[in-house]
Amino acid sequence: MSLIQLEKISRRYQMGTETVHALRDVSLEIQRGEYVAIMGPSGSGKSTLMNLIGCLDTPSTGHYGLNGARISEMNDNQLAEIRNREIGFVFQTFNLLARSNALHNVELPLIYAGVAAEERRRLALEALGQVGLADRIHHKPNELSGGQRQRVAVARALVNKPSILLADEPTGNLDSKTGEEIMALFDKLFRKGNTIIVVTHEEDIAKHARRIIRLRDGLIASDEMQVEGRASSAEGKTSPAPDPRPSTLDRP
Amino acid sequence: MKVLAEMYEGLGISWNALRANKLRSVLATLGIVIGVLTVTLMGAAINGLNQAFIRNVSALGADVFYVSRNKWFNDSYEDWLDTRKRPQITLAEAEALARQLTLADAVAPADDDEDSVKYKNRSASSVDIVGTTEAYLQTSGVDVAQGRFLTAADAQGGQPVCIIGNDVATNLFRNDPPIGERIKIENQSFLVVGVLNKQGTMFGYSLDNRVIIPLRQYMGVLDRYPSLTIQVKAGALAHLDEARQEVQQVMRRVRHLRPSQPDNFSINQQDQIVKWFHDQTATIAVIGLFVTSLALFVGGIGIMNIMFVSVVERTREIGVRKAIGAKRRNILLQFLIESACVCLLGGLIGLGIAWLVSLAVSQWLFPASLSGTIVAMSLLVSLLTGVISGFLPAWRAARMDPVEALRSE
Repeated sequence: MSLIQLEKISRRYQMGTETVHALRDVSLEIQRGEYVAIMGPSGSGKSTLMNLIGCLDTPSTGHYGLNGARISEMNDNQLAEIRNREIGFVFQTFNLLARSNALHNVELPLIYAGVAAEERRRLALEALGQVGLADRIHHKPNELSGGQRQRVAVARALVNKPSILLADEPTGNLDSKTGEEIMALFDKLFRKGNTIIVVTHEEDIAKHARRIIRLRDGLIASDEMQVEGRASSAEGKTSPAPDPRPSTLDRP
Repeated sequence: MKVLAEMYEGLGISWNALRANKLRSVLATLGIVIGVLTVTLMGAAINGLNQAFIRNVSALGADVFYVSRNKWFNDSYEDWLDTRKRPQITLAEAEALARQLTLADAVAPADDDEDSVKYKNRSASSVDIVGTTEAYLQTSGVDVAQGRFLTAADAQGGQPVCIIGNDVATNLFRNDPPIGERIKIENQSFLVVGVLNKQGTMFGYSLDNRVIIPLRQYMGVLDRYPSLTIQVKAGALAHLDEARQEVQQVMRRVRHLRPSQPDNFSINQQDQIVKWFHDQTATIAVIGLFVTSLALFVGGIGIMNIMFVSVVERTREIGVRKAIGAKRRNILLQFLIESACVCLLGGLIGLGIAWLVSLAVSQWLFPASLSGTIVAMSLLVSLLTGVISGFLPAWRAARMDPVEALRSE
């Protein structure tokens, strides 16, 4: 069974007297272990689609199944639980808690999951190690660079071992070099078996994905698989200094 | 475990929020500070007054009845007029009562009046002259420091002897030994046979500025037909009610009252004063409570306002927390804890100020003391105010749509 199953999903908003159709009868399946980019100009419905996939919102009509659970029929608290367990969010603006250090930021999803303090610390340290920030755990967000902040955010997204890593313009607030570093981290996580969905309007970012879904006016305009080598060759072009740590360790 | 972790997280958040907005937090607590200050000072004052009062009335003795024409506390003006029509209590009645009572330890008729007292060329005015019998030693709880008290022979024979209070002794005799000297009241000379121990004051009225003489002398010198008060000391505290009933029955018999006639005398007791006093302090407490609840209400509105601001300011944070799995309950709890902490802080500041004020007040004005109950009560009240006034803002935060919240700047 597919990890994500969208069947004839529509999402309408009421804007005053006008009804906005953000998504119209969209059907889509994403398998476990895929690396998908969702693209489209603003107003195309990509944010709405991301909110729906991320269980932040529910569709007006249609059915959404995530990992066997019927998301479209859930209430607020059930959605919160699903988000906590199944989704790891990475935001454009990092959205870390400014007054908490890196470790506490990463522990936060575990607190809501009810994990005991010691286990929480162990898992958070592991996740921070995974993003290469083991030596920055006591720094607060304002003591970290943009790239480091986004790494903390990635660690926070990963710490609950979610089914999907859902990133919304993850490099939008970073310079291109740091952005590439974050994308390299995503590539690495993908090779380790994580399912990644990136919402972006940048072609360079989308090239890292194996599948690109383009939206236009609330409909899927195209849905293409990419040749495996293409992303890495694109990476080779845009980043003159590829990740010095070879990916041999990560290969299954 | 899970709830504890959530609480701990909530405490951490609110601590951070308080620290980040120090001035705002302190200002927000001002209403609560004033509220708690009122409630604690109120309580401390009543507490202190009660203690002082109990100390004051203890001179009256808890087990002594005061049988007299007048009531200490009249229910109404008509009531008072009625008591004016009652016959005075005579010495014969007092003696009959003393003979017939079985449950009483001691019965002492007494009356007092103010007059001046002279010793050689010195004079003290407005001294309380008490005419009574030897039983007064037991009923009134006075203590003889030097010499002796009245004897039965003094009382029966109406010997011109007197026992003087501590103030009279110092005023008239300075450093001379008063025993064996003679003082004059209304040109009658009295031999000083005893000096009383210092007793202090009752309601600002000195108990030491008095001279005790035999009742027969008093009637001869000061008042031929005194309106007596009969002091009856009950045998045991446990049988106070029975003793009181006996006093009533015997007194009615002595006065030949028919069953249909109401008492034409009053039996007064210390606990009447205590009750009257507690009624007064209860009134003060009710008024105080009203003022306090107003202050707390205003304070609570201030807290609610600040919490609404805090929720709006942290809309994005709420969105993030919801996105990573916070349920409504988590967010609600977070803001409730924050508001409770702000109010508790206010309560602590209020208590601190109240403590200082009550120290100062009891030093210079009247006794006031903070009790553990008052401290616990005011902390509980401030906690409750926090939870109640924080609920609406917290509820709004908890119900926020995560998509909207994440979009906010």
